[in-house]
Formats: sequence, structure tokens, C-alpha cells
Amino acid sequence: MTRRYSAWAIAKNALRGNRDWRPAWRKPEPKKAYDVIIVGGGGHGLSTAFYLAHVHGIKNVAVVEKGYLGSGNIGRNTTIVRSNYRLTPNSAFYEKSMTLWRELSHTLNYNVMFSPRGVLNLAHTPGQMDKYAERGNQMRLMGVQSELLDRDQVARLNPGLDVSGSARFPIEGGLLQPDAGNARHDAVAWGYARGADRLGVDILENTELTGFLREGDKVVGIEAQRGGETVEICAQKVGVTVAGSTGKVMALAGVEHLPIESTVLQAFVSESVKPLVPNVITFGAGHLYVSQSDKGGLVFGGNIDYFNSYAQRGNLPVWEEVISEMLAMFPNFARLRLLRSWGGVMDMSMDGSPIITTGPLPGMYLNCGWCYGGFKATPASGWCFAHTIANDQPHALNSAFTLERFKEGNPIDELGAGPTPWYH
Amino acid sequence: MIITCPYCGARSHSEFTYRGDATAVRPAMDNTSIEDHAAYVFDRKNPAGLHRELWNHTGGCRMHVVVTRDTVTHEVVSCEPIGPFAEQLKKDAEA
Repeated sequence: MTRRYSAWAIAKNALRGNRDWRPAWRKPEPKKAYDVIIVGGGGHGLSTAFYLAHVHGIKNVAVVEKGYLGSGNIGRNTTIVRSNYRLTPNSAFYEKSMTLWRELSHTLNYNVMFSPRGVLNLAHTPGQMDKYAERGNQMRLMGVQSELLDRDQVARLNPGLDVSGSARFPIEGGLLQPDAGNARHDAVAWGYARGADRLGVDILENTELTGFLREGDKVVGIEAQRGGETVEICAQKVGVTVAGSTGKVMALAGVEHLPIESTVLQAFVSESVKPLVPNVITFGAGHLYVSQSDKGGLVFGGNIDYFNSYAQRGNLPVWEEVISEMLAMFPNFARLRLLRSWGGVMDMSMDGSPIITTGPLPGMYLNCGWCYGGFKATPASGWCFAHTIANDQPHALNSAFTLERFKEGNPIDELGAGPTPWYH
Repeated sequence: MIITCPYCGARSHSEFTYRGDATAVRPAMDNTSIEDHAAYVFDRKNPAGLHRELWNHTGGCRMHVVVTRDTVTHEVVSCEPIGPFAEQLKKDAEA
């Protein structure tokens, strides 16, 4: 039986007619009790389970997922990985994620296709260039790579961009994080699932949480629907990482109010074309990010649909906004056909920064508030959440990401937008 | 989504600006509890289902309205006027 992926394993299995490959993860039946149950088998839940087993040696773990792996936001994002932040807690946390990304394929023995092709933020005014110079310096002070580019450098990097003075928003230059880029989103889910499974973690797909088992205040397990039957599974600790469904799941535990609102974010992909966009590019006169997938499709997105939503689909005014921004940068893209669009439910926090914490109930741990930047955080989120669950206290990297920070007047508001989650 | 503004009639939601949860109630001015004020500013019920929310008809009459909308289906159930103009609207309707 082949367990480890390698060139040798490919050659050996090819000679044997590829009969010995086995599924990347098992489909186990739930045990009566686990040390830790993670609710939510998305990227963050799977990475949490992996690091619990890999770093902390806690292997009696179950991940409970209501659908199939990759059906939520881990399979719906625009795959961007970066750490170009301004505020210290965010910089340190996302740079930790970058260090984990760089080694992730080796750590997991699974190719997550991490591609550090550079993330380029375009500037369209001299004032924005000054701001990017400041941002770039802040990044460098935190040990994050950054380069300030003038217009000619931007044009050399991206020949397809309209850098003329007659562009709707003429480009002045840009800020490049050269070691940022993309990764293959599905492979991240599958790689963490396989890695966790190999260490003994049970991944329970098509198992929908319906309630929490309680002893007084304390959370001591979960109740779930699985194959039409209700199952009760006990656990010493229950971690919740359900992104856009945080409000729904926490209401089952009697926590009715959180500093979170759910909204829908749309993403788009064009037909496949030859290499056109070498980096991840963001538009500075609006909100748009575009990169080219390895298949050749242009993957892009913009703002959330501003209102609260649990629908995994959005509305047309956002299409118009996003596509017009894209054409302001790349007029030649008007000839491309749009292949697909889709939506994912975002857990927008009140300051645009995440929450990774113990509580809010005894025996419970909460990981949420990823707004629409959760994909790049997948490794560090799981790494920090696993530490928090294993040690019953946060790691220094996530000690600022508390639920209490709002009340204490310590929000981490990167954008300075205030408690308006639909603007973060 | 179509929102039927009580002043202007049925319009696309792109004419409106979202202003958030309409059920958050500001604590009384003499209430000095940090918890109560923080809850008003930051804590939300975030329901999956009917949600009462404030919208401003920025591309029309620029009035605030309270929209009741299903966050799962995006169905707009109702749109009510608020504030002093709501009283006037009611009187006009009766006259």
C-alpha cells in the first residue's frame, strides 16, 4: 500500500498498474468520544486538526464537516497568499503564515502548488504612492519583503496593463510583495485532510452539527445529523471554525450575539487564455484583485455585496463594479468571456481582523472573523488555533485576536473603517 | 434585489446604501455601562433568515428606511419609513 507520495512511488505504482493507491483520507465512523472535536472541515478546521496532531501530539481528534471537503470557502476563494499588512498583530501573524506556506508542500507531502509570483498593489495618485512607501517601510520593519515600483517598472512586469496617461485611472506605480502569490486552494484542503488523517485524525464528512452537549455551562461534546441519524459525540474540547456560519453554529450553543456579520463575496473566472497576468494585481482606485490560474483562467473578485447574507450567491451590481474596474486596468480583457461566478459566505468582523480565542464558553474554542482574507491565513490560523486548544491559552501570535478587544477599545482596524463590517 | 421605497416606489438596491442592523438600540445617555455600549456598537445577532436593517436611498430621496429582508433568499419582505417624515407620510396617506 502506498502511503507516501514520491517520484519512487509513482514509478513503482506505474509498473504495478496503479492498483495500490489508496484514498487520500479514510471515511471513518465516529467514535463515542474524542480529545478534541473541530466543528467545520474547511481549510482552517483541517489545518487545526493537522497541527494538533503534528505539533502537539493530540491525535484523538475528529473534524466534523456538514458537506464534503472543499465545499465551503476553501474551495471558493481567489487563492491569494500575502502578508502586506500595516498593524503589528496582523503583520506578525500573516508573516508566520508565509513561513508555513513556503514549506507546506514538504510538511504535508502534498503539492499545494504554492506559487510566490508576487502581489502588486497599483497606485494611481502621488498621494497613494506616498502611502505605499509608508506601507512598504512598515512591512520591511516587520521583516516582510516589499518593493516600491515606479510606472516603468510596473509596465515591464505587466505588459498587458494600461499604463498610458489616458487610462481612466492612470497608474503611478505600485507596491510589490515579491514573495507573496497564490496556492491551489483545493490542494490545501486535501493536503491538510490527508496529513491529519495519516496522523490518526477522523474526518467526518456529511455530518451536520445540530447542537452542543452541555454539562452546565461547559461544552462536553456535540450532537450531529449523520446519514439521517442523530449521533452524540463527546469531547474534552470543542473548537469551532465555521467562517460564515459562525452566527448559526454559536446560536446552537446559546451565544446569540457576536462581533460578526455574514455577507456574501463573489468571485469570477474567465475562459482560459495564454499567460497574460504574471502576478496577483490589485486595483488601487477601487477594489479588485486578479491573478491567472495555472489552467489559464483569470480569477478575480472585488468587494463584498454590502448587505448581510447567508446565500452562496450574489447580485448583479457587484458584477458591474468588479468588471468595470478590471477593464479600467486591462482594456483588452473586454474580449474575454466570463466562464463562471460564484459566492461564498464571509464572517465579517467589526474591525476586519480575526478572532482566535478560548471560550466564549468553558470547553469551547472559537476561530472566526476572517472577513474575506481567510485563505492566506489557513496555515497560521490552524497553527495558532491548535496551540490555543492544546495549551488552553493563545500563542503570542494570536493573543491580540480576542473577543474582548472591542469592549476594551483595542480593535485591530487595518482599514480604519470602524465597526462597519460591510466596509472591511 | 428590488426595494420598494415608501417615498419613491420600487427601485434597484444599487440605488441604496446599506447602513446595518436596525435592531441595535443605543443605550440611554445616563447608562454608563461599558458592556451595554460596547454591545450596541459591536455585537450583532447576524440571523440566517429575516433581518431588519437600515438602508439609505442615496440615489433617490436620501431617506433612511427599515428593510426587512431574508438573508438566506434575499427576498425583501417589507420597507418601512422611519423618523419624522414617516409621520408626515402617514398623514398624507390619510388625507
